[in-house]
Amino acid sequence: MHPEELLRKQAETAPDPGAAEALAPHDLSRLGRRSRRVDGHRKSTGSEIYTDDIVLPGMLHGKILRSPHPHARIVAIDTSDAEAIPGVQSVITGRDMPLAYGIIPWTRDEHALAFDKVRFVGDAVAAVAAVDEDTANEALTRIRVEYEILPPLFEPEEALEASGNPIHEAKKEGRNGNITKHVHLEFGDVDEAMAGSDVTVEGEYYFHGTTHTPIEPHCAVARRNVNGLLEVWSSTQVPHYLQRELARVLDLDVAEVRVVQPAVGGAFGGKSEPFDLEFAVALLAMRTGRPVKILYTREELFYSHRGRHPMDMSYRVGATADGRIRAVDGKLLLDGGAYASFGLVTAYYSGQLLMAPYDVETYRFDATRVYTNKPPCGPKRGHGSVQPRFGFEVSLDKLAEKLGIDPIELRRRNFMGLGRTVNEFRVQSNGFMECLDKVEHASDWKNRYGRLPRGHGLGVAGSCYISGTNYPIYPNDMPQASAQVQIERSGRVTVLHGASEIGQGSDSTMAYIACEELGVPVEYVRVVSADTDLTPVDLGAYSSRETLMVGNAVMMACRELGTKVRASVATATGVGAEQVRLANGWALAGGERMPIARAFMLAEAEHGTLGAVGHYNTPKEGVHGDYRGGTIGASPAYSFTAHVAEVEVDEHTGFVNVRKIWVAHDCGRALNPMLVEGQMEGSAYMGFAEAVMEHQRVKRGTPEGGLHDAPSLLDYRIPTSLDCPEFIPLIVEANDPEGPYGAKEAGEGPLHPSLPAIANAIFDAVGVRIDRLPFTPDRVWRALQAARADAAPESESG
Amino acid sequence: MSVPHRSAGDLPVTGDTIAIRCLLNGVETELEVDPGERLLDTLRYGLGLTGTKEGCAEGECGACTVLLDGLPVNSCLVLTFQVADRRVETVESLDEALLAPFLAGGATQCGACTPGVVMTATWLLANRDLLSSHRIRELMAGNLCRCTGYDGIVQSIERALGADERGDTE
Repeated sequence: MHPEELLRKQAETAPDPGAAEALAPHDLSRLGRRSRRVDGHRKSTGSEIYTDDIVLPGMLHGKILRSPHPHARIVAIDTSDAEAIPGVQSVITGRDMPLAYGIIPWTRDEHALAFDKVRFVGDAVAAVAAVDEDTANEALTRIRVEYEILPPLFEPEEALEASGNPIHEAKKEGRNGNITKHVHLEFGDVDEAMAGSDVTVEGEYYFHGTTHTPIEPHCAVARRNVNGLLEVWSSTQVPHYLQRELARVLDLDVAEVRVVQPAVGGAFGGKSEPFDLEFAVALLAMRTGRPVKILYTREELFYSHRGRHPMDMSYRVGATADGRIRAVDGKLLLDGGAYASFGLVTAYYSGQLLMAPYDVETYRFDATRVYTNKPPCGPKRGHGSVQPRFGFEVSLDKLAEKLGIDPIELRRRNFMGLGRTVNEFRVQSNGFMECLDKVEHASDWKNRYGRLPRGHGLGVAGSCYISGTNYPIYPNDMPQASAQVQIERSGRVTVLHGASEIGQGSDSTMAYIACEELGVPVEYVRVVSADTDLTPVDLGAYSSRETLMVGNAVMMACRELGTKVRASVATATGVGAEQVRLANGWALAGGERMPIARAFMLAEAEHGTLGAVGHYNTPKEGVHGDYRGGTIGASPAYSFTAHVAEVEVDEHTGFVNVRKIWVAHDCGRALNPMLVEGQMEGSAYMGFAEAVMEHQRVKRGTPEGGLHDAPSLLDYRIPTSLDCPEFIPLIVEANDPEGPYGAKEAGEGPLHPSLPAIANAIFDAVGVRIDRLPFTPDRVWRALQAARADAAPESESG
Repeated sequence: MSVPHRSAGDLPVTGDTIAIRCLLNGVETELEVDPGERLLDTLRYGLGLTGTKEGCAEGECGACTVLLDGLPVNSCLVLTFQVADRRVETVESLDEALLAPFLAGGATQCGACTPGVVMTATWLLANRDLLSSHRIRELMAGNLCRCTGYDGIVQSIERALGADERGDTE
């Protein structure tokens, strides 16, 4: 097509800028609009490609043999019968990958396939590749494993008591091998401030454990090319870390490993570390010379787990008579399951992320994460901080009750504003007060709290979360996020970035940032993401880091190109470069306009091929304290949330009907309010589900000990459309100087307050405190019965 | 909706396979299938129709929903020979105009449930009289979504019922 023909077409199809020059700059902006997802069409038509949709020529199917015992030594494995089955191409065991791995470099305690011991029912022991799934399943039944059974430890308290047969050998002599991490930090003199407090409240809280259950099961496909390149497609949310661990365990050069992340059908933290299936498909592909795929069964997801840690928590909070928090003292026991996973970080997060948005005078926490013979726990949306937030925000409700202060007012009185938390994290933007205002107003709190008929109640809770971690998982000084952008004479913009699109909308966010900076319609933007061969390094979709970090990287690359384009347009039109705007498919220069492709042609003619890279690295100065552990929990920017939940409690059955949750969230600049609201509603939904329905639990006793209680979606009870309350998202925008255009996170923060807000609403409804999750009908009913029994003597005497 | 169990006895058997005909996405289709083969696998692996997703393989999540004689079924629980002489429609057959409301709102995030949601919604839209006795949330309760909290899905269907295809996005 001749360039003039192309330009004529674009001029016809581009939206009429009208009197664009007369419009205010924000009218030309793509940001802040309810823009549709760039992958929405593919996903709605079924044409999006997920890992399990990949079929390669000659592909084999793999299956993993899992331990039936919660704790046992592997004495011998005989694979000869399995190997003899026609159609079985390869059988591998732990001996084939003896190097331990782990997402956190200091706690590598896991093997791709169990090496010497199995530590939970479901631990991977061997893997097979066969011509079809039936043959692979048949082969699993022919693998003979001789186990020496060891006594299992299911309760964290048991694991704390050092005795024989620890789940992991202690790294240092004399230590208890069952402890992953112990953290003890104190800020200020807690004992003195507590003693000087006018009032204290104490409580024991329990979080029960939940899992992610994305709709897409984990899947991986591997192929070894003739030139030695190992390619792995995986439903991972951390392609970069996976690439590194694959190379380490398989003894390959990292540069010889390519990890591609196709569309991921939900993750929520459950796909944020390497899994047995990824190592297994890789080695099986190397052994057989053929592509190999493994797709987890739904049951396998419940065992591979890495979900939210059960926690026993105790909190003591001291305050002045007017409700100012003087001291917080927390003690936490984290039930980690069989392996470390992110547990070292979880132990820190359980204390470090609790303080904002409040101005707390002194704070101490003591957190211990222990191993048990259960599916390993890890990071789930709101990593490490959802459980303590539950205990703490219920404590604040008790404090408000004791002091006769409205719970929203109590939170206002303790608002920290900007500055430093007691544990020295720097907060540069904080919309928490506006969050409180919004939920108070929207729920008609002032007229309804404490005044609804018995059985109906309102509860409030607040929270804070990170927009990415300030430091990568392995220490290095290189950028934490990066992007490359190419533009060319047709008007096409290609954004290559490493961020993992897992449903949260990162590809869409990056595309609209490119539109904003380069003035192209979204249809001209191609996004290539999360392919270690094609895209620059990004660390992955965890800790809500993508919008802030990758968004900054994409913005930086686009700005370099935009500057060149505007300069070329300025030269051609004779106006100053600062007067040139790129927007909605046009370059606008003074009174002139030209299709954006003309502008790109001018720039390409002047500068040559047009490409730019961008990166982001976190600020290191003045962001956190310099005490040991002070870096963990530090973030470039923090988001804030407040919820009000409305519940109806059936006193005859104990059923808690959560009717409505108002969710106010400070995400900084909302780059796309539709995506932000989706994250807010989805987060509040997940918190609601954990509060009243879901429970990751294994059986106790012999011989069923260690078996999952309900390894299916309906028995585990994820909510259907009938179970859910109505969610009212209320966006608050306190822009942060670190965020692109001021943006902060929205994907995890809005989960936290769901649980305590529901707990506090139950108290408002029926006057009963239930400090143990989940609020199942039997637990609520028993609490109501106990409250009646306690009240009975008084009524008799009265 | 339950699928009547068809006896394989009255279908032509060749060696280990059964030969059937069905109307698949409007096209007369002949298949030779293993008696134990799931419709989900025939669609995804046999025919390359990967729009239908596997979420749980036990009839709980609804990601693999297809229409069988116009009714939504979990294709993981249907054996392929059971669709002999019947009409099967997958997400690939849908008119894109019908999908417009799903593109416009917050009905999709990760997208793993979306094809199944869209199929059930198609059935609902073709049988609007159901809404005189059932709420949208009841009719959609067989499709689990882990991302949206369902409000975005329900609102999209409401938009589709109102035939307002502009939606709330740009």
